[in-house]
Amino acid sequence: MTARAAGWRWQLREAARDLTPGVALALAFLVAVAVVGLLAPWIAPYGEGQILTNESFEPPSAALWLGSDYLGRDVLSRLIYGVRVTLFLALVITFLSFLAGVTLGFLSAAHGGRTDMAMSRLNDAMLSFPALMLALIVINSLGSSFPVLICTIAFIDMTRVFRVARALASDIMVMDYVEAAVVRGEGKAWIIWHEVLPNALTPLAAEFGIRFTYAILFISALSFLGLGVQPPQSDLGVMVKENMQALLYGAYTTLYPALGIAAIAVSMNVFVDWLLQRSSAKLPDEI
Amino acid sequence: MKLTEIIGRRLLIGVATLLFVSVLVFVGTEILPGDVAYAILGRGATPELLQQVRDRLGLDEPLVVRYFVWLTATLSGDLGTSLANGTDISTEIARRGSNTLILALSTAVVAVPLAVALGLLAATRPGGAVDRVISGASLALISFPDFLVAVALVSIFAVQLGWLPAIASIRPSYDLFDWIRVLILPVLALVFTILAHMVRMTRSAVLNVLSSPAIEMAILKGVPRRRLLMRHALPNAIGPIINVIALNLAYIVSGVVVIETLFNFPGLGRYMVEAVTNRDVPIVQACAMIFCSVYVLLNLAADILAVIANPRVRYPK
Repeated sequence: MTARAAGWRWQLREAARDLTPGVALALAFLVAVAVVGLLAPWIAPYGEGQILTNESFEPPSAALWLGSDYLGRDVLSRLIYGVRVTLFLALVITFLSFLAGVTLGFLSAAHGGRTDMAMSRLNDAMLSFPALMLALIVINSLGSSFPVLICTIAFIDMTRVFRVARALASDIMVMDYVEAAVVRGEGKAWIIWHEVLPNALTPLAAEFGIRFTYAILFISALSFLGLGVQPPQSDLGVMVKENMQALLYGAYTTLYPALGIAAIAVSMNVFVDWLLQRSSAKLPDEI
Repeated sequence: MKLTEIIGRRLLIGVATLLFVSVLVFVGTEILPGDVAYAILGRGATPELLQQVRDRLGLDEPLVVRYFVWLTATLSGDLGTSLANGTDISTEIARRGSNTLILALSTAVVAVPLAVALGLLAATRPGGAVDRVISGASLALISFPDFLVAVALVSIFAVQLGWLPAIASIRPSYDLFDWIRVLILPVLALVFTILAHMVRMTRSAVLNVLSSPAIEMAILKGVPRRRLLMRHALPNAIGPIINVIALNLAYIVSGVVVIETLFNFPGLGRYMVEAVTNRDVPIVQACAMIFCSVYVLLNLAADILAVIANPRVRYPK
């Protein structure tokens, strides 16, 4: 245990040495965003739904740093709460999709044969369905709520994660050290846990970043269509939508949440790119 | 295996996929909490009214029977009527579908040549200044969802500069010039969203070919760089590039939904979003089937073109 802990510390120090300024900046931004999201109720100057002025789209001032939104609420406070909702949803979605996708993908690859074939075919069939259409159909039937959004997008993501996890695991399953483990008489569970998982960890971490970004963009798009997060709750996508008319008044209100989404996505992509390059790990082809 | 045999097999898989998609669309839309009758009547539902609607729509039939009734009707072009206002869905879809088609085709006409040209340009000198600019820009662009690009475009060209309309509504009186004016911003937004992927994939397809022994041989023979690229590399990369193009055109399917809503463009995508908001099940079913079919068919086309372009796929190891 101590040896492993020391190994981790050493790896972290190595990684810190490899950081380029751009990557460091991206990472710092992501951490800052995470902290803001986590501490939103304590950081935000005003309440999320608090109407502070009768004026729509007031310009930034000492009291309202980013001005007011279409209902006269503080844009900065809403932005902070919006980040919280967006990050929370994206994190839960990505976590669930990995839990299911990686487990099924590894099992499928470790099992091989007919089971593997059947699961892959089923997954391919699901992939032939455009993600947005699937989400629209489910939301049409069940309405839009946090559980519905989370389950639907996590399911869509799971089909993508499954493909990557399965491909990674099948590459690892034919390695000599796995064969050695098989000869030693280790069981499937042991092999997955002790051989496949450690060797797939870096590419999976990169994939986690990619899926996380995808989840953020997907929820934002749904919210923007009015089919994602429902008022009075709001996320960054809702904020872009509801303040679109600001542009017509010459205010930039709608651009702040938009830039927020883009900055999170760009930072995550920069970080993932660095992670992949550094470990010279490769992800199976993305679609 | 013969080429026709492979293509025939792929077509068969395509048909099977379409059937699977239709089952998913139907079951997904029909399994409402309560049922469609509730969705129509909303809060004003009384047991008698519910029964009337169920009788009219045949909701008491088993799901399987209703699926086949729906499928045969859909295949024969009868898409039913809107639950909200009773209008004929087929006519509405014909009108809006042609608008969406114009939007999507304009996007393809602009995006495809541009993406191939940029990808080739980047691949000429990998790591060079041009390549770094193109690759960097496309990486940044990939991180931007379609509606952000559109919002940025609107704020610059429609609001700040006032050159183009922010809303792309279509009037019957519009001539070609009006159409172009209205279409520029939505098309640009869509082009940006698919361009980045296409550029990156074109670049890597060409680079992949450039690292092959045949090209190495050509370099050693002293073939000039330009000729090398156009005559030796491009023809070999055309298969993967076509594949990339078809896959990205399939992506327009979801792009169109967002962009049309944003610009208030009277196309299929906005029609569907409105229907989802109103729970207008027959419209959702019809639109979902159209979008999914286009998606499946474009993927199928990508598959078949890849087989035709690359003889090696025909002979699995």
